[in-house]
Amino acid sequence: MARDGEDDEREHLMVSGKALVKRFGGVAAVAGIDVEVRRGESFGFLGPNGAGKSSTMRMIACVSPRSDGELRVLGMDPETDGPRIRARIGVVPQLDNLDVELTVRQNLQVYGRYFGLSRAQVRAKAVELMAFAELSDRADDQVEPLSGGMKRRLTIARSMVNDPEMLLLDEPTTGLDPQARHLLWGRLYQLKQQGVTQIITTHDMHEAEQLCDRLVVMDGGQIVAEGSPSELIRRFSTREVLELRFAPGEQDGQLPHVADLAGRHEVLPDRLLLYADDGEAALEAAHARGVRPVSTLIRRSTLEDVFLRLTGRSLVD
Amino acid sequence: MRTMDATQRGPALILRMLPFGRYTQGPGSVVERSMRVHSRTWVIMVSGFAEPVVYLLAFQIGFGALVGKVVGPGGQLVDYVAFVAPALLAASAMNGAVFETTYPVFFKLRYAKVYDAMLATPLGPVDIALGEISWAVIRGGVYSVAFVLVMAVMGLLSSPFAVLLVPAALVVSFAFASVGMALSTFLRSPSQFDYIRLVVMPLFLFSATFYPVSVYPESVRWLVHVSPLYHGVELMRGLAAGVLDVSMIGHVAVLAALAAVGVAATSRRIGALLLG
Ligand SMILES: Nc1ncnc2c1ncn2[C@@H]1O[C@H](COP(=O)(O)OP(=O)(O)OP(=O)(O)O)[C@@H](O)[C@H]1O
Ligand SMILES: [Mg+2]
Repeated sequence: MARDGEDDEREHLMVSGKALVKRFGGVAAVAGIDVEVRRGESFGFLGPNGAGKSSTMRMIACVSPRSDGELRVLGMDPETDGPRIRARIGVVPQLDNLDVELTVRQNLQVYGRYFGLSRAQVRAKAVELMAFAELSDRADDQVEPLSGGMKRRLTIARSMVNDPEMLLLDEPTTGLDPQARHLLWGRLYQLKQQGVTQIITTHDMHEAEQLCDRLVVMDGGQIVAEGSPSELIRRFSTREVLELRFAPGEQDGQLPHVADLAGRHEVLPDRLLLYADDGEAALEAAHARGVRPVSTLIRRSTLEDVFLRLTGRSLVD
Repeated sequence: MRTMDATQRGPALILRMLPFGRYTQGPGSVVERSMRVHSRTWVIMVSGFAEPVVYLLAFQIGFGALVGKVVGPGGQLVDYVAFVAPALLAASAMNGAVFETTYPVFFKLRYAKVYDAMLATPLGPVDIALGEISWAVIRGGVYSVAFVLVMAVMGLLSSPFAVLLVPAALVVSFAFASVGMALSTFLRSPSQFDYIRLVVMPLFLFSATFYPVSVYPESVRWLVHVSPLYHGVELMRGLAAGVLDVSMIGHVAVLAALAAVGVAATSRRIGALLLG
């Protein structure tokens, strides 16, 4: 019985990595991470440049052999079942690699053929996906003259040509304008409703909060925290944050007057962050001590604060 | 609805035993991509055929009158143009194959990231190698058929075995396409294509293309024998004249070996470069 339970659980695990390592030369880009992604879940890798997000994604996408540790994707081993795994997933690489020798429509059709879909299937699929990416009016244009955001949308549409069970999206919204970004978030939500598992990397904490049921924060090839966005905020930050901006050069002098008003503070180049459950109260106390910042802001904690707490660094450099 | 049945067939056992990501799903879709890309560039295809034909006419009108008869396969005397035409067929098969698998492949590999995109699908390095090489062979095959027809019209074929010139040209194309593609994976900048030209040019001139190997002193003949194009030239010349002998098996074997080595090396390199 216990065995059955175990197998059941495996069924639901789309990705399962244990002590997963990726080394380039002597350098470990991924330094032993444990990660599990369940069916139907939206899972995020959040971390700064060089954290190892893309390296992890490439191992999951079966285009980069692991250096050490265990990895199973859709219950299979990427080492031996790469093509079968890739047949069932969709990949949006960090950098677009659309086929510049083909038109928008041909990009989708030809890519579908790589998956072994029939000509009739790819014709229908291309029409459907161009509508999805709002590129129907550019159907027979070459790819090169498209704007960056249009190319990104086409890359995302292309990743869905094989009706994947799982999508790997490496910084999907880089280069998208706010409107296109919201459109994409909406589409990803629809796909989630249809049961498509999603793995997303991003440095955008807002995006992570919007999209991810669960995420890990990566730094220097390691996972430094794991949970749902709200859990992480609760665990690693306070409910509110008081931001104080001072005139240039005054910040250092003012810090001793306010540091004790909150359990924790962070010093950024342009502002002070005071972590207090009641931001309003902290601000009043500061005013009472005669502290006069140029501007103040009371806001809720975000994943940015979690990241700052965990790594001592800002997420967006 | 999942539409993945095509890939569920499962690769053959032998392919499963190859190293990481190197199984084959079918190079057909890779060839199809090239066909789409070139569906509108048939003008280039025409020029690829026109060049050797212009040579042929030049030899017919010019050199033919000067040189007269030469000793062909089996010791018979043939017109110079009949002597040189099969060699030109072999050389154009080589040139076409090398052209198609060098700069275009380099561009797709290093700049356009076409192969990276393919590797995210069930396709593997072997599919890419076979697909790209096959496309070069198909394209060369079209030229060859046209070229052989021109030879027939000019009365340069003296044997029914000459129909075998077309498959022989495909073998030559395959050998040079696969070696060409393998070499292209080692190039780092477009200027390095001069090296390939540096190899192809002497092959073209000194592979007994324009005069029989007996012209060379005994001591350097082995050099000519080392040239892969020489084997293509000898094969074609024999077939065009209808003089068959066992040495042809050797010529085919050399070309087939080159083809096999080229495919293996190309697959390995693509895997090493892109599946890091
Ligand atoms: N092919 C490679 N060869 C050598 N080193 C590499 C390679 N790919 C990645 N690295 C190194 O691995 C580390 C992690 O890189 P990775 O691309 O995984 O980071 P990332 O989290 O995706 O960063 P970003 O947010 O900038 O995309 C970096 O130090 C990088 O230089
Ligand atoms: Mg990255």
